[in-house]
Amino acid sequence: MLPAEAQALSPKETRKRSLVVMQSVSKVFSSGTVALSNMSLTVESGEFISLLGPSGCGKSTALRIIAGLGDVTSGAIDWPSSRINSRGLPEGDISFVFQEPTLMPWKNVFDNVHLPLRLRHISKAAAHNQIMEVLSTVGLQDFAKAYPRELSGGMKMRVSIARALVTKPKLLLMDEPFAALDEITRQRLNDDVLRLWKTTGITVIFVTHSVFESAYLSNRIVVMKARPGRVHADLPLTTSLERDAHYRTSEEYRKACETVSHSLIGAINSAEDH
Amino acid sequence: MSDETDTPPPLPQSAASARRHDLALRIAVPFLVIALLILIWSAYVKLSGVPPYILPGPVAVANAFVTDWGTLAPALWVTTKITFMSLMLALVGGVGFAIFLVQSRWIELAFYPLAVILQVTPIVAISPLILIYAPSTQVALLICAFLVAFFPILSNMVQGLKSVDHNLINLFELYGASRWQTLLFLKLPAAQPYFMTGLRIGGGLALIAAVVAEFAAGSAGAGSGLAFRLLEAQYRLNIPRLFAALLMLSLLGVAIFAVTSFISWLSLHRWHESSLKREN
Repeated sequence: MLPAEAQALSPKETRKRSLVVMQSVSKVFSSGTVALSNMSLTVESGEFISLLGPSGCGKSTALRIIAGLGDVTSGAIDWPSSRINSRGLPEGDISFVFQEPTLMPWKNVFDNVHLPLRLRHISKAAAHNQIMEVLSTVGLQDFAKAYPRELSGGMKMRVSIARALVTKPKLLLMDEPFAALDEITRQRLNDDVLRLWKTTGITVIFVTHSVFESAYLSNRIVVMKARPGRVHADLPLTTSLERDAHYRTSEEYRKACETVSHSLIGAINSAEDH
Repeated sequence: MSDETDTPPPLPQSAASARRHDLALRIAVPFLVIALLILIWSAYVKLSGVPPYILPGPVAVANAFVTDWGTLAPALWVTTKITFMSLMLALVGGVGFAIFLVQSRWIELAFYPLAVILQVTPIVAISPLILIYAPSTQVALLICAFLVAFFPILSNMVQGLKSVDHNLINLFELYGASRWQTLLFLKLPAAQPYFMTGLRIGGGLALIAAVVAEFAAGSAGAGSGLAFRLLEAQYRLNIPRLFAALLMLSLLGVAIFAVTSFISWLSLHRWHESSLKREN
């Protein structure tokens, strides 16, 4: 469900607040593989979008392109409401959470979270409160001095999320962040991410290949199909229910999963027919 | 939730004392083996009646160690100086050149083969040339030892700088890190384990190269190192002194290994798999 403020805006105003617009983006790798073909996507501020699709449908490529990690072969990425730096990116407005926690093993939790600020020449002392605040947001305030090897998989991922949030970005890109975790940890982290999304108003683009995860988290699901990667369906997902443990067992969630699942099967079948 | 009245499981029986026991064993076992070998050596010399100018007993070697200290100690100092200076130069040169090489694929393509050629050509074969061109024998020895220690540090560093987690590089890129920041905060720390391997190999090789180069140079006199004392003792059939000089070289090698291993442990023990102790 969109935050109430965003829902109340007129379409014109909403368009003005578009955070990122992908215009007919194609990406061909040097091997000749077409990872994306004419993908267009408009992301509004405050949305929680899941990019869902089978392996090789280009969802991670799309996410990396939005992050500026790789050029497009054709098409363009536009940031209508952001100030753009020399690299064509709204610097400081984007954060990325990878499938792996991607922490520096030689640095403790505090220093890992400090990294984005350190790169902006903000000292540890000056950033101390900000870092402790974001660590407490992810429930790791007591582990500031621990090294990554001392943490469980779920805790490492929390550190990664804390590092992504410490710069207070407008857009959080998450590339299958919980794919390698057990189901219990995954559900807990899903709830954490939802809570953060609600409290911070951040925009999230979440790559996953789990129907259940996407239906639980998102207010919009973009189903993608492979060979070449492109958008198959764009499904809005609204609910009046609070997304929590009860929602997971509700009829509404079951229906949402069914709709998304059908769409995904359609995407897989149409890609095979292609 | 567990019941509050539950008694906690007993701690593993005195983990600290088990660690102490383990440490004592680690020290005692190698010493016992060495002591046993010395006893066998001593017994063989006594029982076989082999003359001391062929194989002296451990007591004769110990005596030579003490009585020839005045001759051997300055030579040890010369060899130590050359070894450490060449190692320092190799560290600076190896790390610096590795950073230069990984800046672009073209630079690596152009310069790496030169480093390989220098490495694969036997140092004994190059040393006559170096002796001609170098301003003094000491400098020639230094260059020889440097050339040998340089390559393992270079190749390990190049490998380390190129093995950084690609996602971390992406992350630095995403946050707009400069080349300098990426090198300082990411690539150099990530290459630490590789550097430490290069340091340990380079340390041992620097000593070997210093000795081999001195053999090749055949330098003599007050400024000569342990290699010359070895040759000198051989010519004079002063075998106990030869053994004593050999013992000194071994001890120097052990000391270099211990220092480089300690530095490696200091830098890696908190985070790197190679230095972590597992209980399972």
